[in-house]
Amino acid sequence: MDLVTFGVQLLNAIQYGMVLFLVASGLTLVFGILGVINLAHGAFYMLGAYLAYWIAAYTGSFWIAMVAGVAIAFVVGLLLENVFIRRLYGRDHLAQVLLSFGLILVIDEFREIAFGKDVHSVAPPAWLAGSFQLTDNLSYPVYRLAICGFCLIVAALIFLVITRTKIGMIVRAGAENREMTRVLGIKFDVVNRYVFAVGIALAALGGIVIAPISTVFPGMGDGMLILSFVVVVLGGIGSVAGAAVGALLIGLTDTFGKVFFPSVSSILIYVLMAAVLLWRPNGILGRREV
Amino acid sequence: MTRSWLIAVVLFAAAVALPFAVPTYYVQFASKALIMGMLAMALNLAVGHGGLVSLCHAAFFGLAGYVLALLSPGYDPASLLTTLPLAVLASAFAALVIGALALRTRGVYFIMVTLAFGEMLFFLFHDTSIAGGSDGAYVNAKPEIAIAGRQLLDLGSPTVFYFVVLAFLIATVALLTMIVRSPFGHALAAARDNERRARSLGFPIFQIRLIAFVVSGAIAGVAGYFAAAQFGFVAPQMLGWHLSATVLVMVLIGGLRSVTGPLVGALVLIGLEELLKATTDYWKLIEGIIVIVIVLAMPNGVRQLWPLIFGTSEKRETKPATVAAEARHV
Repeated sequence: MDLVTFGVQLLNAIQYGMVLFLVASGLTLVFGILGVINLAHGAFYMLGAYLAYWIAAYTGSFWIAMVAGVAIAFVVGLLLENVFIRRLYGRDHLAQVLLSFGLILVIDEFREIAFGKDVHSVAPPAWLAGSFQLTDNLSYPVYRLAICGFCLIVAALIFLVITRTKIGMIVRAGAENREMTRVLGIKFDVVNRYVFAVGIALAALGGIVIAPISTVFPGMGDGMLILSFVVVVLGGIGSVAGAAVGALLIGLTDTFGKVFFPSVSSILIYVLMAAVLLWRPNGILGRREV
Repeated sequence: MTRSWLIAVVLFAAAVALPFAVPTYYVQFASKALIMGMLAMALNLAVGHGGLVSLCHAAFFGLAGYVLALLSPGYDPASLLTTLPLAVLASAFAALVIGALALRTRGVYFIMVTLAFGEMLFFLFHDTSIAGGSDGAYVNAKPEIAIAGRQLLDLGSPTVFYFVVLAFLIATVALLTMIVRSPFGHALAAARDNERRARSLGFPIFQIRLIAFVVSGAIAGVAGYFAAAQFGFVAPQMLGWHLSATVLVMVLIGGLRSVTGPLVGALVLIGLEELLKATTDYWKLIEGIIVIVIVLAMPNGVRQLWPLIFGTSEKRETKPATVAAEARHV
C-alpha cells in the first residue's frame, strides 16, 4: 500500500469515526444524564437521513434540509421526552429497553407510510460535489473532507459547551450525582428534556450528513445503533471524550480491517470490544467500579 | 396448590386434544407458538430470575437453527439424535463465550454488550457465504429418528411434530421449575435482588450467573432447532435483535417472576400478531403502541390484570427479600 492510498483510507477512517461520534455522543449524553437507555436512537439517525432526502427534494437545498431536519428532530425529542421518556426515570432497564423498542416499531411504520420502502439518494451541495484529483487514477470527494471538518466543529462545540459553560456545568454535575444536583435547586427536569432533545438532534444530524455519501434505506438505523453501542461500551458510558476515542477506534478498525483482513472485517470491531471488556470492563475512559 | 395442579391438568388435556380438534394449519400455528413460548421461558431464566436483561437470545436461537441447516444432508432428513445435541451444544458454547465477556459488566452495559455480540453473530451469517449469506438456507427435509433404516419418528407429520415440541416444552417447564426452586435458583435470585449482599455471603455470583446464562442459551437453542425444522428455512433475521426484543415483550406480558408466565405471554403475543396481520397492513404500528402502553401502564406485566379478570389474588407474585436469606443454607 503506497502512501497516497494509505492517506485516503486514513481520511475515510476519520470521516467514518467522526459521524459515528456525532450519533454516539447523543446516546452517551442521554444515558449519562438521564440514565435512560434509548434503543430508538438509531431510528432517529434513519429518520434524519429520510428528512434530509425529503426536504432536499422539496426545497432543492441541502442546507435547508440540514437545518430543518435538526430542528424537527429537536422538537420531536422534546415531545417524546415529555410524553414517554419522562415516565421512565427510575424505572428498570427492561422497561426502558421495551419502551424504546415500541418506539422503533412505531417510527418504522410511520417511515413506511410516509416514505415507503424504497432506497433513496441525496445530492450534496453543489460547491461540495467535486473531488480532488490526487494521482492519475485516484481522487477524493470534497464532501467527505467537508464532513470531517463539520463534525470536528460540532465536536468542538459539544466539548466547549460541556467544559466551559454553565449549562455544561449542570450537565456534568447531573452525570456525576443526579440527586445532589436536584437538591441544589437546579431544575433538572428541564435539563433532562433538553439533553434528550439534543441527543435525538445529534442522531438525526449524523443521518443528515451521511445521506449524500451513503444511500438512504429503511434498515440504516439498526446498524448505526449497534455501532453506537459498541462506541459507548469502548469509551465508557456518559463520557463524551470516551465516545470520541471509541468512535475513532472503530473508524480505524473497520476501515483498515476491510483493507487488510477483508474476510473477517465484519467481526473485527466486536473482537476489539471483547478485548476492551477483558481489559477495562467499564470502557477506556469509564469510571472504575467501586 | 391443588387449584394450580387442576389448571395444569386441564391445560395439558387441552394441549393433547388440540391436534385432533382443529385443522392442520392451526396445529402448525400451535407448534410455532409453543416454540416461541419455549424461547421466552428460556430468556426469562436470565431476565426474570437472574436480572440479566439479555438482547442476544435470538442469536442462540438462530445459531441452533443454522447448525441444523448446515448438518442436513441435501434432500434427506437429518438424524434428530445427532443434530439436536450438536445444535444445542453450539448455542450453549456461544452463550458461554458471550456470557463470560458480558457478565464482566452490569446493568445497561450488559444490555449493550449482549446486543452487540448478538449482532456479531447476525452479521457473521449475513455478510459471509456460510449457509447462503443474507438469503438464508433451506432445511429440505425435517429431521427424523431412524434405527437401522426404520423410521421411528418422522417430524414431517405436523401432528407428530406438535407432540414432540409439546414434550420438549413440558421438559423445559420441569427443568426450569427445578432450577428456580433449587438452592442454585435461590442464589441466582439473591444475586438479582442484592448483588453485594449475595457476594458478601460468599456466593460465586459470576459462575452462578454464567451457568444460568448458558442453560438459558441452550434451551433457546432447542427452540431454534425446532423453529428451523418447522419453517424448513433459516435466515439471518432469526438471529437479529428485533426477535430478542420481541421475546422480551412476551416475557414482560407474561410476568417476570414465574416459570410459565412467559409461555402465556408468547401465546398472547403470537395470537395478537396473527390477528393484527390478518386485519391491518400496519400491524407493527399497533404492536408498537401496545408495547408502549403495556410498559407505561403495567410495569408488572399483563398478569396484574388477571386478578381483576378472574377475581383471584396472585400469591406467588410477591416474593419478599427473604429469598436471599433462605439461600444462605446452600
